[in-house]
Amino acid sequence: MDKTINQKAWFLVLPVFLVVAFSAILPLMTVVNYSMQDTFGNNQFFWNGVGWFKELLDPSTDLGGRFLASLGRNLLFSAIILAIEVPLGIVVALSMPRDGWSVAACLVILALPLLIPWNVVGTIWQIFGRPDIGLLGYTLNSLGINYNYVSNEFDAWATVIVMDVWHWTSLVALLCYAGLKSIPDAYYQAAQIDGASRWAVFTAIQLPKMNRVLLIAVLLRFMDSFMIYTEPFVVTGGGPGNSTTFVSIELVKIALGQFDLGKAAALSLVYNLIILIVCWVFYTVMTNAGAERPVKQGAE
Amino acid sequence: MEHIAWMAWTLPTAIFFVMLSLTLGVMTWLAAAYPEAERVGVLRIPTTRGDRLFISLVLAAVIHLLWIAFVGIDSIATLPIGEGVEISSLWLATVISLVSAVAVFRTV
Repeated sequence: MDKTINQKAWFLVLPVFLVVAFSAILPLMTVVNYSMQDTFGNNQFFWNGVGWFKELLDPSTDLGGRFLASLGRNLLFSAIILAIEVPLGIVVALSMPRDGWSVAACLVILALPLLIPWNVVGTIWQIFGRPDIGLLGYTLNSLGINYNYVSNEFDAWATVIVMDVWHWTSLVALLCYAGLKSIPDAYYQAAQIDGASRWAVFTAIQLPKMNRVLLIAVLLRFMDSFMIYTEPFVVTGGGPGNSTTFVSIELVKIALGQFDLGKAAALSLVYNLIILIVCWVFYTVMTNAGAERPVKQGAE
Repeated sequence: MEHIAWMAWTLPTAIFFVMLSLTLGVMTWLAAAYPEAERVGVLRIPTTRGDRLFISLVLAAVIHLLWIAFVGIDSIATLPIGEGVEISSLWLATVISLVSAVAVFRTV
């Protein structure tokens, strides 16, 4: 049976719409206007049509080359940190105590990195990794490993990745832990009666039950890492060369460094579109993964 | 107009946003006047008219960007108005977007 939905309640959203109009929609409109024009300052604009977009999507131009290279680096970065943080977060959550005073202790320790502002995390690792005064950098070099994130691309990447893992694995772990806590004891008791192995319990009970929180964790970490700016900017400044210049760093270089508002606006719109699509896909998958279950139960 | 000079308005972008806001206005009115139930289409997800509009708009943006990247924006015809108005091939992407929007609204 088709059920009609009354949509009139949406008019109550009007006050929020007005606030968002001033804080987001008007600035976004301005960005769209900029993306079609060129300016040399002094609020004078010259029509350029879709010229910036053409340049942006053409790898042979300076703008396109820089954009596509930084996009590739960004995707690689996101893939690497997801591949590390998600399994590591699950392992941490699984090895956390289920009750007692140690739960609170674990939660506080895990939450600590999440409370530190991005630029402070960047500064901590910037100093931590320095070969002359930093604990990590000095120790590694004393052990005979030639480590210098300022001059070596691999070291710069390793530093940025380890920093992100240090900063955000806790989030994945906490989400997974919340998922694990919501599993009723009856499941474990049934598994025990069946004589299920530790691995079977993990794959048949814990992992399926963590499905939704894991999806949220992957979504949050992907979006965050895809938009990362502050930490690599503070640690490496996008270097050495351009090796850790991610899309947002490239965007700021173009918009504020070169003051190429048209190019930067075109880049931000394409960047925005990618994020919008990924967000929508994740959101749709997430809401429908939850919506399917009650329907199935009702049909049984 | 002095106080909105910072927004750098042009006629084409203004037309674009007026049409976009008209579309949203009509969709809002439609949703209030003729409420509808969600429907499951080829994507196998429940969608409303608003969802289908969103998908169509995002698809249109992607189609235009892909067209600019792989086909280009060379002119394909000249209209005999004044000194001759050149028609960019990008309008073909707009036509494809409109066709895909109709397809989205009918099947998704």
